[in-house]
Amino acid sequence: MTSTPLLRVTDVHKSFGALDVLRGVSFTVAGGERVAIIGPSGSGKSTCLRAINYLEPPTKGRIELKGSVIGEREVAPGTWRRMSDTELAPQRAQIGMVFQLFYLWPHLTARENVALQPEKVGGLARKEALELADTMLAKVHMSHKAHEYPERLSGGQQQRVAIARALAQKPALLLFDEPTSALDPELVGEVLSVIHELADEGRSMVLVTHEIRFAREVADRVFFMDQGLIVEEGPANDVLTNPQSERLQAFLRQMHRQDRG
Amino acid sequence: MGLGGYITQFLFPLLIAAKVTVQVSLGAFMFAIATGLILATFRYLLPIALIRLPIAVFVEIFRNVPSLTHLFIIYFGLAYVGIRFGSISSAIIALGLIGGATLTDVFRAGFEAVHAGQREAALAVGMTPRLAFREIILPQTWRVTLPPIGNYAVQLVKDTSLVAAIAAPEVMFTARNLVVTTFETSIIYAFAAGVYLLLCLPLSRFAKTLEQRMAIPR
Amino acid sequence: MIQFLQTLFDHLPLWGPRLLPAMGNTALITLASFGLALGLAIVFELLRSLRITLLLRPIALALEILRSVPILAVLYLIYFGLPGVGITLSPFASGTIGLGVVYSAYLAEVLRAGIGAMHKGQREAALAVGMTPLMAFRFVILPQAVRTMLAPLLVSLISLMKDSSICALIAVTELMLEARLIMSEYFLPMHIFVLVGLIYFAIAWPMSLFAGYLERRLNHGRRAGAPARKKAVWHRIALRTAAE
Repeated sequence: MTSTPLLRVTDVHKSFGALDVLRGVSFTVAGGERVAIIGPSGSGKSTCLRAINYLEPPTKGRIELKGSVIGEREVAPGTWRRMSDTELAPQRAQIGMVFQLFYLWPHLTARENVALQPEKVGGLARKEALELADTMLAKVHMSHKAHEYPERLSGGQQQRVAIARALAQKPALLLFDEPTSALDPELVGEVLSVIHELADEGRSMVLVTHEIRFAREVADRVFFMDQGLIVEEGPANDVLTNPQSERLQAFLRQMHRQDRG
Repeated sequence: MGLGGYITQFLFPLLIAAKVTVQVSLGAFMFAIATGLILATFRYLLPIALIRLPIAVFVEIFRNVPSLTHLFIIYFGLAYVGIRFGSISSAIIALGLIGGATLTDVFRAGFEAVHAGQREAALAVGMTPRLAFREIILPQTWRVTLPPIGNYAVQLVKDTSLVAAIAAPEVMFTARNLVVTTFETSIIYAFAAGVYLLLCLPLSRFAKTLEQRMAIPR
Repeated sequence: MIQFLQTLFDHLPLWGPRLLPAMGNTALITLASFGLALGLAIVFELLRSLRITLLLRPIALALEILRSVPILAVLYLIYFGLPGVGITLSPFASGTIGLGVVYSAYLAEVLRAGIGAMHKGQREAALAVGMTPLMAFRFVILPQAVRTMLAPLLVSLISLMKDSSICALIAVTELMLEARLIMSEYFLPMHIFVLVGLIYFAIAWPMSLFAGYLERRLNHGRRAGAPARKKAVWHRIALRTAAE
C-alpha cells in the first residue's frame, strides 16, 4: 500500500479565461490498473486526460508518473517552473495517447506512422523500428494494411493504427481520449475489441469514453466527472450498477435511453 | 526583310539574352526559397517577439514597396555608400529578398494549414517541437505551398525584366538595344514578349497542374 | 546615420514640391488602370459565363498569355511598338492601358474565385424560395461574392500601385521617374530611393493591414465549417502570390 502509484494526479485545476474546466481533480492509478472516466460532454474529462501528458498544462496542481513530476521542474527548493515542450519530450514518450480523431500522419504509411517514434525518439535503427512496427500492427490486426496511407483506411482502421503507434513507444501508461466517438457505429466494435485485448494484457490505462457498457467490461475503476470535478468513483460494477449521486443516476438513465434509441 | 531575316537578326539575340533571364531567375529563386524557409521556420519554432518582430518588419518592407525601388536602392544606393554590386548580382539580391518576403508568408500559411492535432500527436509520442517540425509539419506543408511557389516562380521570371532598368543584359534590355540600332520596334518587342511566353507558359502550366493535383484532399 | 537623415531633411524642401505632384500621378494612373482592369475583368467573366464554346478557349488563352508576359514588355509594345502601326499614345495613356490590360487577367481570376467559391446550394436555395436567377444573383450571390472578393481586390490594388512604378520606364512622370530624375540631378541615390520607398510603404502598408483584417474577419465568420476554412486559407495563399 505504501508503494508509489503509477500515476498520481493532485488537485489539478484548469481554466480557459473565466471558464473553469477542471476545479480540483485528484486521483491515483496503480500499475496494471484500468480506469475509465465517464461524464457528460463539457464535464472536463478530456481536458483532464490531456493534462496528464501536459498537452493541456494545468493552471494549478501536480501530475506525477512513477513518482516523478510531469511538466514542472524544481529550479530552487519550493520553486517550480513549467517545462518547455522540448524538455517534456522524454516524459511524454513514457505515456501513450490515442486521440479521438486519430491524428495519423498523412504523409506516412501505416507502418511508417508506427515506426517513426521508435526510430526518431527511441533511437532504434530504421530496420528494427520497422520490425517493431510490424509486430505492433499485428497486435491490432492491421498487418494487411501496413503499406497503406491513412487516407486509404477506414476510421476504425486508422484508430487501430493509432493504437499501434502508441504501443510502439512502449508506454508505462496508455491514455485513450474517446477513441470511438468519431467512428461510424459499425466500426466501433473493432476498435473496442483491440482495446479490450490490451486491457486483458494488464496494461495500465486511463480511458475517457461514452461507451458505458464497455467501461463496465474493461475498467477496474470508474470515475464519473461533472462540472470539472470527480463526483463519484469506485469499482466499475458498483458505480455503474448502483450509482449514489443523483447526477450520475440521471446521466446513466440518459445514456441508457440513447443506447436503446 | 523576310521572316527568316527577322528571326536570325532579332529572335536569336533575344534567345541568347534569355540565358541571363534564366540565370537571374534561378539565382533569385534559390535565394528566395532559402530566405523564406529559414525565416518562416524561425518564426514557427521560436514564437517570441524578439524573433517575430524583425521578421515581420522584413516581410512588410519587401512586400509593400515596388520591386523597382528595391532594385535601385541596392544597385545605385549601395554603390553610393561604397558597396558595389554588378547589375546581375544586384538583381539576384533584390529579387531574392523580395521573393524571400513573399515566400516567408507562403510557408507561414503552409505551416498554419497543418492541423494542430498533427503536432499534438507528435508531441504526445515524445517528439521535441523541432523533431515534430522536421518529421511531421514540414513534409505536409509542401502540398499547400507548392502551388503558390509555382505561381511565384512565374511572377519572378516576369519580374526579371525590370532588371533592364539597371542595364543587365537580359531579354528586355537586349530588345531595347536592338530597337535603338534597327528601329524595328513592334516586331522586336513582340519577339521579346514571345520569349517570356516561351519561358513562362510551361512554368505556369506546371504550376496549374500542381494546383489541381494538390487541391484534391488526400 | 544621423548625417544621412540630416542630408535627407535638408533636401526635403527641394524634393517635396516635385514628389507631391508625382505622387498624384501615381495615384491617378493606379486608379485609372484599376478601373480599366476591373471593367475588362467583368467583361471577360460575363463572356465566360455565357458559355459560348467558341469564346471560352480564346478568352482562357488570352488571359493566360497576359499572365505570362512581363508588364514591361506590354508597356514597351504599347508605347514604342504601336506607333509602328500608326497608333501613337501618350506615356500616361500607354501606362494606363498596359497596366489595365495585364491586371484584368488577375482580377478576372479574383472574380471567378469569388463567385466560384460559393456553394451551389446558395443559388438553389434562392431559386427554391421563388427568386428569379437575376434576383438570386442580385440578393444572394453578389452580396456574398463582394464580401469574399474585397480582400483579394485590395491586395491587387496594392500590387497595381507598386507596379505602376514600372511606368517610369516609359517616361510617365510618376513617383519613380521623378525619383530617378532627382537622383541624376543631386547624386544622392540612397536618399531619394529610400525616401520614395518610404512613401510607397506609407501608402501600401495600411492598405495591406486592412486587407489582412478583412481576410481574418471573413475567415472568422466561416470558422463553423472547417473544410471551407481550410479552402479559404489555401485560396488566400494562392491569390496573394498570384497578385504579387
